[in-house]
Amino acid sequence: MLGGAVVVSFAMAPRAFAQGQNKAAGSTTPAAAPVGDLKAFPYLDSWLGIDATGRVTVFSGKAELGQGIMTALMQCAAEQLAVEPATITMVMASTARTVNEGYTAGSDSMNASGNAILQAAAQLRAVLVGWAAADLSTDPSRLTVADGVVTAPGGRRRSYGDLVQGRSLHMKADGAADLIPPPQYKIMGRDYPRLDIPPKLTGAPVFVQDMRPEGMVHARVVRPPNYGATLTSLDLSGVAALPGVLKVVHQGDYLAVAAEGEYQAIIAMRALQQAARWQVSKTLPDRTDIYASLKAMPATSQVIAHRGSGGTQPGSRVLQAAYRRPYVMHGAIGPSCAVALFEAGHTTVWTHSQGVYPLRAAIADMLSVPEDAVDCIQVQGSGCYGHNGADDAAADAALIAQSLPGRPVRVQWMREDEHGWEPYGSPMVAEVQASLGRDGMIDGWNYELWSMTFMTRPAKSANNLMPAWYIPARFGPPEGAEIPLPSGGGDRNAVPSYTLANEQVTYHYVKPMPLRVSALRSLGGYFNVFAIESFMDELAKAAHADPVAFRLKHLTDPRAKAVVELAAQKFGWDAAQRLPSGHGRGFAYVRYETIKAYCALAVEVSVDAATGQIRLRRAVAAVDSGNAVNPTGIKTQIQGCIVQAASWTLYESVDYSETEITSRDWSSYPILRFDAVPESVEVHVINRPASPSSAPERRAWGRRPRRSPMRWRMPQGCACATCRSRPQR
Amino acid sequence: MITLHVNGQDHAVEGDPATPLLYVLRNDLRLNGAKFGCGLGQCGACTVVVDDEPIFSCQVPISVLAGRRVTTLEGLGTEKEPGPLQKAFIAAQAAQCGYCIPGMIMRAHALLKRNATPSDDDIRRWMQPNLCRCGTHPRILDAIRTAAGRVS
Ligand code: FES
Ligand code: FES
Repeated sequence: MLGGAVVVSFAMAPRAFAQGQNKAAGSTTPAAAPVGDLKAFPYLDSWLGIDATGRVTVFSGKAELGQGIMTALMQCAAEQLAVEPATITMVMASTARTVNEGYTAGSDSMNASGNAILQAAAQLRAVLVGWAAADLSTDPSRLTVADGVVTAPGGRRRSYGDLVQGRSLHMKADGAADLIPPPQYKIMGRDYPRLDIPPKLTGAPVFVQDMRPEGMVHARVVRPPNYGATLTSLDLSGVAALPGVLKVVHQGDYLAVAAEGEYQAIIAMRALQQAARWQVSKTLPDRTDIYASLKAMPATSQVIAHRGSGGTQPGSRVLQAAYRRPYVMHGAIGPSCAVALFEAGHTTVWTHSQGVYPLRAAIADMLSVPEDAVDCIQVQGSGCYGHNGADDAAADAALIAQSLPGRPVRVQWMREDEHGWEPYGSPMVAEVQASLGRDGMIDGWNYELWSMTFMTRPAKSANNLMPAWYIPARFGPPEGAEIPLPSGGGDRNAVPSYTLANEQVTYHYVKPMPLRVSALRSLGGYFNVFAIESFMDELAKAAHADPVAFRLKHLTDPRAKAVVELAAQKFGWDAAQRLPSGHGRGFAYVRYETIKAYCALAVEVSVDAATGQIRLRRAVAAVDSGNAVNPTGIKTQIQGCIVQAASWTLYESVDYSETEITSRDWSSYPILRFDAVPESVEVHVINRPASPSSAPERRAWGRRPRRSPMRWRMPQGCACATCRSRPQR
Repeated sequence: MITLHVNGQDHAVEGDPATPLLYVLRNDLRLNGAKFGCGLGQCGACTVVVDDEPIFSCQVPISVLAGRRVTTLEGLGTEKEPGPLQKAFIAAQAAQCGYCIPGMIMRAHALLKRNATPSDDDIRRWMQPNLCRCGTHPRILDAIRTAAGRVS
C-alpha cells in the first residue's frame, strides 16, 4: 500500500502491518482495545487517508440520511487529527470505498463509526507526530500540532502532506491513542454548521434523484394491484410503440418500462398499467378490527423482563389500561429512487439505502451473481426514517439495468408506489396493569405487548427485496427477524425505564405479516413509551401525585432525574399552574433502548371543543446523549422527532380494503401540516463530554434518540386516527 | 417548440407541450431545485414561482408558460452567494434531509414578495400546502421570520 507520494489507501481486509510505526508515535498509554467499528476494521487506512497536499479523506460506512452524521463525523476527525474542517472530504457508505458498517440505524452511528474515526484519527495524529520527530530528529513530546502541520521548537515544521510521502497508513489500530480531551475541543462539541445544507439549499445535485449520468434513461415500474396478484394477460403492442420507449421489462409478474425522457416513461407506465390484467385475491385482514386480529394471529410469547414477584400485588390498588396503534408509514417526501448501471458483467447501484453491504448481498442473490459483481453506493435521498422503499427501488434499478447494458437506468417511484408498497410500522397492542402500594409507589407492573416484526431489511437473501417476489425466480416474502434486547424490535423500550420492585413484561411476537412491515423510526419504542407514559400519568393521578414528582420517585439514575428535572423546569411545570380551558399538559421520560440517550418531554396540548381535534401547542424536551459532538444537530433531530411523533399520534393510520392498500397519496394518508405545528419546540441538551480516563465504551455517544416520548389526553369521541384505535376505558 | 423564461434566461424547449414544467426544469434545464414529491399537487416539493405566484411545477404543463417568468431555487442565489431566504434557512439550519426545503424556500419567496412583514399566522397559512416529513417546520418558520425581518 505504499503509494509513493499519495497515500489514500483503503483497507478492506486485514493485511500485514507495521506495528513499529505505532511505537514511533510514542504512545505510552497502557494497552487498550479499539472501540466501535474499529474493532471489526482495525486498519487506520480503512477510515482515513491523507494525500500529498495534506487533504484528508474520512471514510465511514454509515450513511448521511439528513440526520447530520456526516458533519458530526467530520468534526471528530478534524478535532482529533488537528486539521481544518475545510481540508476534509467525507466518503460515506459505499461497497466500493468504505468498510461494512451494516445499517445506518438505531441511533448507533456515533457509537460505531464516530468512536472508530475518533480513535483512528487520534492514533494517526500520534503516528504523524512520530514521523515528524524522526524527520526532524527530535523527541515527539517537543512537537506541537495544529492545522495539519507539526512544528518543533524553533519553528521547524512538517506538514501532514510532507509526512505521508512514501509512507503507508496501513497500520493496525491499537486503541491506545490519547484523545484530545473535551476541555481542549475546538471543533467537537460545537454547533458546526451542517456541510450538506448549503448545497441542498442552492440546487446542487445532492440527492440520488438529482443524478443525471451521461446516457441515463428513465424507468417506471408497474406494480400489481396487491401483494399477491398475478398477471393474467398483457398486451404490449401499444406501449412499445409510444414515443421514447426503449424497453418494456416483463419477467414473470414483474413489469417495468424504460424511456429516453422522464415524462415519456410516466406516460408509458400509465399505458402499461392499462395493458395489464391481474388476478386479484382478497388477502388483507379485516380492517374493522385489526387489533383483535393482531392478537389472534400465531405468536411466540416470551417473558422479556421479570423482577421480584412480577405482576400486580395482592392487596394493592390495581389499575389497568390497553393501548393500540395502527399501521403507520414512513412517508418520505421524495419517493424512492435509484440509478443502476450494468456494464461488463458488473452492476453498480446508486441508492439511498441505509445499508449498502446488506443490499449488495440481496441484489446479488436476486441477480444470481457473486457479490463482487455488484457495488452499492449510497447517495442521499429524502429522509427515510427506517426501512422504506429505498432498497426495493435499488433492486428495481438493478433488474431493469440488466436489460439495458451500458446505460444508467434511473428508477423513480411514483407517490402511489411509495405509499402503497413501502413496509409499514407494525400495528401494536399493549395491555398493562399496575398496582399502587399504600406509599403511593408502584408495587407491581404487568405489561403485555403484541407486535409484528420491525426487521425485514435486506440481509443476505433477495426475499427482502419486494421486486424479487415477482420475477420468475419468485423469491417469497421474507421471514421477519427478532432483534434481541436491549435494542429490541417491537419490544424496544417495552421494559419501563423506571426502577420497579416487581415487574413482568411479556412480548407476543406476532409472526404473520399480512401487510408488509419493517423498521420504522424507533421501532416499538414510540408505541411502548406512548403506552407506558400514558399509563404513568394515570397512575400518578390515581396516587394523587404530581406526574413529574411521581416519575422522579420511581427513578434512581441521576442522569435520568436530571433530564426529568430540566424538562420540567424549562417547561415551567408547576402542579398548581393553571392552563387555559381546553388545554392540558403531559410529561414523559425514557432512556432509549434502556441503555442509550436519556430524554424527558413536557408538552402542552389543546383540544378543540367543537371538533375534538387535538393540537400540540408547546413542547420542551431535555436530552442527555452523552458527549454532544454537535448540540444543534441533536436539537434538530429531537425537534423533528417531536413533530413527526405528533403527526403519527394525531393523524396517521394506513387504510386498506380486503384487497388493497387504499392510503395511496397525501389525501388518503394525511400528515401534519403547518397549521398544526407547535408554537415552540424547545430542546435542552445536557452535554456530558466523557472524561479521558473513562472506559472506552463509556465514550459512546448516542447522537440522538430516534423518537421522543409523547403523551396525549384524548377527549371522548375524538375522531382522529389514534383515538379511533384507542380502547374504551 | 416552446420558449421558457427561467431565472432571467430564455430556453427553447422541445417535446410534448403537455409535459409538466417539473420534468423540463429537472431534465432539460438540469435545474435540481424543484423536486418530485407526489406529482399530484399535494406536497409542494416541486414549488417554483411563475410571475409572482407559487405553483406546483408537477401540475403545470409547459404549454401554458410561454412568455411567463419562471423563478426556481437556482434563481435566488448560489452556494457562494446565497440569496436572503437561502441565507436565513442556512443560518437556522432549517433542513434535515432537506428534500422539501427548496419548495419551502420558493413558496416563502412568493410570500415575502407580496407581504414583506407577514405575521406568524400569515406564514403558517401561506406555507400550508407544503409538506415536510422530517419535522423541520419550527426551523422553517424561524428562517422565514428571520428573512422577513431582513426584507422589512
Ligand atoms: S410534487 Fe408537485 S405538489 Fe408534490
Ligand atoms: S427536511 Fe426532510 S422532508 Fe423536510
